[in-house]
Amino acid sequence: MTSTETAADGPAPQRPLPSLADPDTAAFWRATGEHRLTYQEGEDGRVVFFPRRHGGGRVRDSAGLGEVYTYTVVRRHGHPFFRAHAPYVVALVDMDEGFRLMAEVDADPADVHIGQRVRVGWEDHEVGSERLAIPVFTPAG
Amino acid sequence: MAPRAAAIVGIHEHPSRRVDGLSPWQIKGESAAAALADAGLTFADVDAVYDAGETGPMAGIAVPEYFGISPRLVDTTGVGGSSYEFHAAHAMRDIAAGKASVALLTYGSTAKSESRSIGTGGPRPVAAPAPGTNMEAAFGMPLIANYALVAQRHMHQYGTTPEQLAEIAVTTRAHAVRNPEAVAALTALGIRKTSEITVDDVLGSRMIADPLHLLECCLVSDGGGAVVIASAEVARDCATAPVWLLGAGEAVGYPGNDRDITTSAAVLSGPPAFAEAGLRPEDVDIAMIYDSFTITVLTLLEDLGFAKKGEGGPFVEGGRLRWDRPGAPALNTDGGGLSSNHPGMRGIFLLIEAARQLRGESTSQVDGARTAVAHGNGGLLGTRHAAATVILGRD
Repeated sequence: MTSTETAADGPAPQRPLPSLADPDTAAFWRATGEHRLTYQEGEDGRVVFFPRRHGGGRVRDSAGLGEVYTYTVVRRHGHPFFRAHAPYVVALVDMDEGFRLMAEVDADPADVHIGQRVRVGWEDHEVGSERLAIPVFTPAG
Repeated sequence: MAPRAAAIVGIHEHPSRRVDGLSPWQIKGESAAAALADAGLTFADVDAVYDAGETGPMAGIAVPEYFGISPRLVDTTGVGGSSYEFHAAHAMRDIAAGKASVALLTYGSTAKSESRSIGTGGPRPVAAPAPGTNMEAAFGMPLIANYALVAQRHMHQYGTTPEQLAEIAVTTRAHAVRNPEAVAALTALGIRKTSEITVDDVLGSRMIADPLHLLECCLVSDGGGAVVIASAEVARDCATAPVWLLGAGEAVGYPGNDRDITTSAAVLSGPPAFAEAGLRPEDVDIAMIYDSFTITVLTLLEDLGFAKKGEGGPFVEGGRLRWDRPGAPALNTDGGGLSSNHPGMRGIFLLIEAARQLRGESTSQVDGARTAVAHGNGGLLGTRHAAATVILGRD
C-alpha cells in the first residue's frame, strides 16, 4: 500500500464528512457548524426531517434531547477511519420534537440500551472555509 | 384462481462462485443462452429485456446490443437485490397486456473477484449522494449494521432471541449441504466449515454488528443467472413445464419519524400479490425469502403473513422450515444467500430455485410442491429498501 491514508507514518484517517454540495441537506449541515440541530415543521404542523425545500413551513432548532429507538455496535468496517474507531455505537434517536435521526452515541457499548435518554453533542470539522459538526450523543443521565 | 398469462419457462444459475476472468457481461450472456436453451427458445425469440443495470449506465441499450436482440420493451428498474422480483412482476404485467411475449432477465457480478465488501462495508465512493444518504454517511454504518438496527429493535420489542435468529442460518446451511453447487461455493469461497452448522456455531462466530454474527451474514460470491418468462401461448410449446406467475406486488420503505422498523415494505407488497394469486400464506409450499442476513428472513416471514408480527422467532425454531418438515413452508431450499450464492443482488436466484421446486428439480425437493413465494428485499432493511413479492404455481 502506498496510500498516505494507510501508511504507518501518514496522517490519521479522517471521518468521511457529508457533502455540502447538496442544497437540501447542506442547510442542515451548515447549521451544525453553529451547533444547531435543525428540523422542519411543515404548514400542517407535521415534523419533516431532514429539512427539504418543498417541505414548507419553517426550520426550527431542536433542544437536543431524545431517546434511543434502536442501536447497533459496529465492530468491523472496511473504511480506515471506522476500522480504527471501532467498536462504536450508532443509533436511531427519537428526538423530543418528534423527529428521528441516525447518529453516533459516545458511550461504552455495554451501557447503551433502547429507551435511553441521550443529549446531542458535537464533533467539529472544517471543510474548506466552512464549518460543520457531526452530532454525537451522550447519555443524558 | 388467477389468470395464467405468463410463466417462467427457462432458468439458469451460473454454477461458479469464483469466475476467474469472466466479466459480468459474460456471465449474463452465458446464463441467458443457457436459460433460453432450457426453454427451447433462442435470443431471436426475446422481445422484452429487464435489467437492473449492474453492468453500468445505459444498460437498457448496452445489454440488448450485447445480446444482439431488438426488444420492443425495455425495463431497467434497479432496486438492488429485489430488482428481479420487480422485473418478474413487470414481465407478468407486460405479457398480460400483450406488450411482450418472451421476457429475458439476466444478472452477472464479480463481487468476489473484485473483493467488494458487501456486508461489512468498504470504501465505495459516491459521486453525488442522495439527500437521505448524505444525512447518514458520516456515521460509519456498513450494510450489516443497518440490518442490525432492525434485529436489536425486534429483540427488544418482541423478545426475539439470538438463538431464534441463528436457526435461520442453520436451516439454510442444511439445505446448502444437499446442493453440490452450494458446497462447491462454500469451498471456493474459503469457508472453513462446509458441513451443517449448529445454533452454537452461529452464536460462537464473530460478532460483526450487534446483535448479528458472522454466520448470520450472506456470502460474498461471484455469479449470476438468467430467467426467461413467456406468454401462455409461447409457454405451451416450450421444453419445460411452465411455472406460472400468479400474483405480484411491490413497494418501497424509507426512514420515517414514527416508522416501526421491525416492519418492512413487504407488508405492503405481500397482500396484493396473495390477493391476485387467490392464495394465502398457509397455502405456500416453498418460501424463497431474501436472506442477506438472518433478520431479513425473520422480518419478511412476518410481514408476508407466514407468522404474526413478533412471532417469527418461535415460527422458525426447531428446524421447522427445513425442506423435509411438513406443516410449514420450506425456506431457501438452494442454500440461500447465507450458504450458497450472494454476488450482491440475490433476487434472481429466488425465482430460479422457486422454479426448480415447482418443476421437481431441487436438491432439497419438497414432495408435491405446488406453490412458491419469491420475495426480494433490496437496499437497506432498516432505512430505505424496496420490496417485491411474486407468487408462483405449477399446473
